[in-house]
Amino acid sequence: MVLVVPILVMTSISAVLAGLLALADKYIASYGECNILINKDKQLTIEGGNTLLSYLIDERIFIPSACGGKGTCGYCKLKVLEGGGPLLPTEVPYLSRQDILHSVRLACQVKVKNNLELAIPEDLLAAQQFKTVVERIEDLTHDIKMFVFKLVEPTEINFKPGQYVQFCIPDTNEFRAYSVASPADRKESIELLVRLVPGGLCSTYMHEALEEGEQAYLTGPYGEFFLHEESQKDIVCVGGGCGMAPIKSIIDYLFKKGSQKNITYFFGARQKRDLFYLEELDRFEKEHQNFKFIPALSEPLPEDNWTGEVGLITQVMQKHLKHSKNQEAYLCGPAPMIDAAIGVLTSKGVNVNEIYYDKF
Amino acid sequence: MNLFVIFFATLFTHNIALTYFLGMCPFISISRSIKTAWGMGLAVIFVMTITAAVNWPIYYKILVPLKVEFLYYVLFIITIAALVQFVEMVTERFLPVLQVTLGVFLPLITVNCAILGLSLFMILRKYSYVQSIVYAFGSGVGWTIAIIAISGLRSKLIFADVPQALKGPGITMIIASIMALAFMGFTGMGGIQ
Repeated sequence: MVLVVPILVMTSISAVLAGLLALADKYIASYGECNILINKDKQLTIEGGNTLLSYLIDERIFIPSACGGKGTCGYCKLKVLEGGGPLLPTEVPYLSRQDILHSVRLACQVKVKNNLELAIPEDLLAAQQFKTVVERIEDLTHDIKMFVFKLVEPTEINFKPGQYVQFCIPDTNEFRAYSVASPADRKESIELLVRLVPGGLCSTYMHEALEEGEQAYLTGPYGEFFLHEESQKDIVCVGGGCGMAPIKSIIDYLFKKGSQKNITYFFGARQKRDLFYLEELDRFEKEHQNFKFIPALSEPLPEDNWTGEVGLITQVMQKHLKHSKNQEAYLCGPAPMIDAAIGVLTSKGVNVNEIYYDKF
Repeated sequence: MNLFVIFFATLFTHNIALTYFLGMCPFISISRSIKTAWGMGLAVIFVMTITAAVNWPIYYKILVPLKVEFLYYVLFIITIAALVQFVEMVTERFLPVLQVTLGVFLPLITVNCAILGLSLFMILRKYSYVQSIVYAFGSGVGWTIAIIAISGLRSKLIFADVPQALKGPGITMIIASIMALAFMGFTGMGGIQ
């Protein structure tokens, strides 16, 4: 008796509350059938009540998203033209004034409770999910590894040099973005460069646990940072660390197209142990008169025996770049480096609108 | 006990945030802007009041007659969690305007110690039903006053030259403790034990 009463009380009160919640979930939190109209063209009919992002993923529309719908990355932006309801406080920190004016919302925060009308850029609609197998893993520096993923389903990817894909961390809803390092004409596999971020969920997994032959899922391609082929101007590339990836893809592509533009590539690193792909880039330099590769170390060690440029990449750019309006720039690297590089480039006469960059 | 005394005491002499240091996680993390602090405060007032209104009868009408009072720790947690869920669904469906101001904060409160602490205090102090509700509402308002005050101070911190190591939560804890000292000045003005 001493035991029975408390157990009965506990279970009955819990059961009543659970029943109440189940009823509420069925009758209050159900919103019936809702229609989602995308770009005035495609229509989805779904059972309302969940977040917009989850419905889009169910329909295999892969909006970029890194945090798994927690509202902490701010990547899953899209335009909700009608039916999105008021802007939530969880979205405000990620939206600029321009965004708010153009009814941009975070798909993971918008709940579908009625008919919606969306505008999604065509290139995002083109993003696919790829089932892949890890073909090769290679150490490039002490903290950067190269991964080659062989595409299994679908078997080909079409992307513009400079774009990125997202790696899905197994057993989570989380993704991390990595620029594609392989040239755009190699369609059957994807090459990524991943730097080990101390404490980083994805990079730790990829560095420590992922092995050759294992399965992995990638989505993409994404990104507004890509080579503008129609331009005839000379090209300045600036990269640091894993910023090598998209730049290498861009340069590879240009050479394969037989481009005659002058290309200068500034690569910033701290010490010699942070440099990689030197032989490949040296080979490019020998084969192509119009290509110049300028690596620079900011803090070379005595044992590095470094004879090349020393200093911050911006100082080296200042020294080597000529003043000319006839050049455009592709930058990839950490935000402070990019901001500083933009300053140097504009002072050398490069039009701000022709500086393309990808910050990470 | 006079209802007014209870209400006054919960605001100043026995402020749940600054005297008991309950509900510290949102107090530190949601106090960056006055607007969100206000939303969080409203949600706390709301949830405190209804959980007190539900937990009181559960204790006195079910647990006491059946002599299983010791269950109240566990049961209060369950009722709080369930109620918050329920309230969230209702506001989302029927009160979209309220959902925008306090809806997003509701899930954060489910595991807030201030809410549980309040239900436990109300039993310890042997309040009547009406007293409990006044106590709960007052505690919510007191917590809101505290978080709005600290978010007001934090918004001025942008202009302060804070040592690197103390930026963010560090300096906020120090400000909170100075505020708590200030609130000690109310001691003796009115009393609940």
